Amino acid sequence: MKVLLGVGGSEDSLRALDRAIERARGAGDDLTVAVVDNPESPVDVDDVESEVRERLAATGFDAEVRRLEGDPGSRLVQLSEQEAFDRIVLGGGETSPLGKVRLGSIAEFVILNASVSVTLIR
Amino acid sequence: MTREYPDTMAGPYEPPPRSFTDRSDREVVVREFGAGPVDDFEVLVGMYDGYDTEDRAQGIPPVGEEHVRDWLDTITGDDCFNVVAWHGDWPAGHATLVPDRHGAYELAIFVDGEYQGAGIGTELIKGLLGHGREHGIDHVWLTVEHWNDPAIMLYEKVGFERTGDGGFELEMAATLSES
Repeated sequence: MKVLLGVGGSEDSLRALDRAIERARGAGDDLTVAVVDNPESPVDVDDVESEVRERLAATGFDAEVRRLEGDPGSRLVQLSEQEAFDRIVLGGGETSPLGKVRLGSIAEFVILNASVSVTLIR
Repeated sequence: MTREYPDTMAGPYEPPPRSFTDRSDREVVVREFGAGPVDDFEVLVGMYDGYDTEDRAQGIPPVGEEHVRDWLDTITGDDCFNVVAWHGDWPAGHATLVPDRHGAYELAIFVDGEYQGAGIGTELIKGLLGHGREHGIDHVWLTVEHWNDPAIMLYEKVGFERTGDGGFELEMAATLSES
């Protein structure tokens, strides 16, 4: 399966990266990591990309890393369609002070607009 | 945080204890957490562990006793404010205020299945806002799913105003002090 993981630097997106690597390794999936510029993330997008590359290097798993410029949600959906990905994977949301899950705007856009299946990692 | 809080004060509401008869003729008392007739923490674990999936909201309460305990530990911490609605020795509902990083508090309220629709939520939230005001809390906010009209109506009735529309959920806020 061709899997597209979107990472914007929020905590849940980095957790999703670790899980997606494990999962892709186990299932023999072809994983592409798209680093997007999440305006809600406190981390600079260059630092996010370095973090992604470091984590991949540490696991020894071979995945392509791509930078997506522009609006993260629409660019992810567009790429999934242009390059025939089977699935988009994203972090499952941050939690509020009292523990409520809050989906980010990227996840909301992708869920509503993707034509492929979307997985949110909890 | 760019949230704008209402100019008009919600309430003011009296702090707990608040005694009332609900619409099903049950005698209910709202007390602050720790002032219940039995161990508040343990009965809340029991209440939330048996919670119906359809009453879960935005991922809480969590599933499984251990996760419920961890979550309750967090939201009943020293910097939080909690009230419980008691029907005898059983918790009919629970409401909580948990500090965010900006000096305001996030609010959540739960009424147990068979006690819903009897006016307990209104008393519970008034008791919690009174408790918060008594401890100097100025600003309170919450999020609620768009389709949850009964909850949105309750929040508006006690003085919350809509402050944001994040997509799947609605954000509301209330001011507890006079400006």
